Amino acid sequence: MAEFSLPKNSKVIPGKHYPAKPGAKNPRTFRIYRWNPDDGQNPRMDSYEVDVSNCSMVLDVLLKIKNEIDPSLTLRRSCREGICGSCAMNIDGTNTLACLKGLDECGRGIISIYPLPHMPVVKDLVPDLTHFYAQHASIHPWIRTQSPPPADRERLQSPEERKKLDGLYECILCACCTTSCPNYWWNGDRYLGPAVLLQAYRWIVDSRDEDTGARLDELEDPFRLYRCHTILNCTRTCPKGLNPAKAIAEIKKLILERRT
Amino acid sequence: MNDLRTPLARAHGLGSAREGMRPWWLQRLTAVALLLLGTWFVVSVLLLLRSGYVAAHLMLADPLNAILMIAFTTVLFWHAQLGMQVIIEDYVPTRWLEIMLQVLVRFLAVLGALACAVAVLRIALGY
Repeated sequence: MAEFSLPKNSKVIPGKHYPAKPGAKNPRTFRIYRWNPDDGQNPRMDSYEVDVSNCSMVLDVLLKIKNEIDPSLTLRRSCREGICGSCAMNIDGTNTLACLKGLDECGRGIISIYPLPHMPVVKDLVPDLTHFYAQHASIHPWIRTQSPPPADRERLQSPEERKKLDGLYECILCACCTTSCPNYWWNGDRYLGPAVLLQAYRWIVDSRDEDTGARLDELEDPFRLYRCHTILNCTRTCPKGLNPAKAIAEIKKLILERRT
Repeated sequence: MNDLRTPLARAHGLGSAREGMRPWWLQRLTAVALLLLGTWFVVSVLLLLRSGYVAAHLMLADPLNAILMIAFTTVLFWHAQLGMQVIIEDYVPTRWLEIMLQVLVRFLAVLGALACAVAVLRIALGY
């Protein structure tokens, strides 16, 4: 549902300032969203002046802050190479992966870092993705068949059929696209969002799957699928360069196709 | 009320409506129709710019123009209703208010389309 202003206890206030250490060669300022569920305080924006001489990615800076300046800074990270999707956050106005976002890609001024937008916050830069993962589970993201697999080999797929999965299987479920979508902000309780719909399409076009009709039935809903109004924030923000908006359009086309 | 349902139960909600394609498709169909009818309407109005009431009356009395005008106004209200339906679904979270607005917009759209049709028919049929 639409929320145009933050609740009182979510209003962001100015926070602490951590100046650069003396002798810093290349200091840059980062404003980072901080919120601790245990201290009863409103969220605040702490600013850190960091010597970025040995940093190339934003994740390097965040780990440097955590290791050398403020160990209380909380964030998720794991693979540091754009495969796990853990370090998804809003950097310099765009949802992306901190490990893939180069400092040279950010604006020249102060770099602001927030958790993924419009999700409940667990702490600092860590959003609660429980509902997002449950929505992903709800589309049965696995192959569904009635025919038993061939006794002597795997289920076969032609190179052309396999090619249809390109641009879909690469999705790492980082939630950058879903949390950039205004329609997910307003109706995320029922709208599945671009990431989950892209995943749904990944199984709809998989030639080995035998449940295409049931998958389309499950998606044909004014909220689950048709809340997408082709805003295209999802495609613009995807750190893997995928096109969830196209996947959603393809699902709509298939639903139309079976009616005509 | 505490919601102790599992995350998956919340995600499933009341299940799929198995419907939703029709209004989406109609919105696009009416948009295409409006492009064509809207072009005709603008050209007609431009041609009438320097003419008076009588010329406009005569134009609408022509059966082809009357049909196109009724088609234009009907599709216009239809498309507006479909657009408003989506906006209300998106932005009105209070359930009773949403339903009331949806009904009101539908009623107004039907009334508007009927009023336009009657107005054109009166001229076309000479009443």
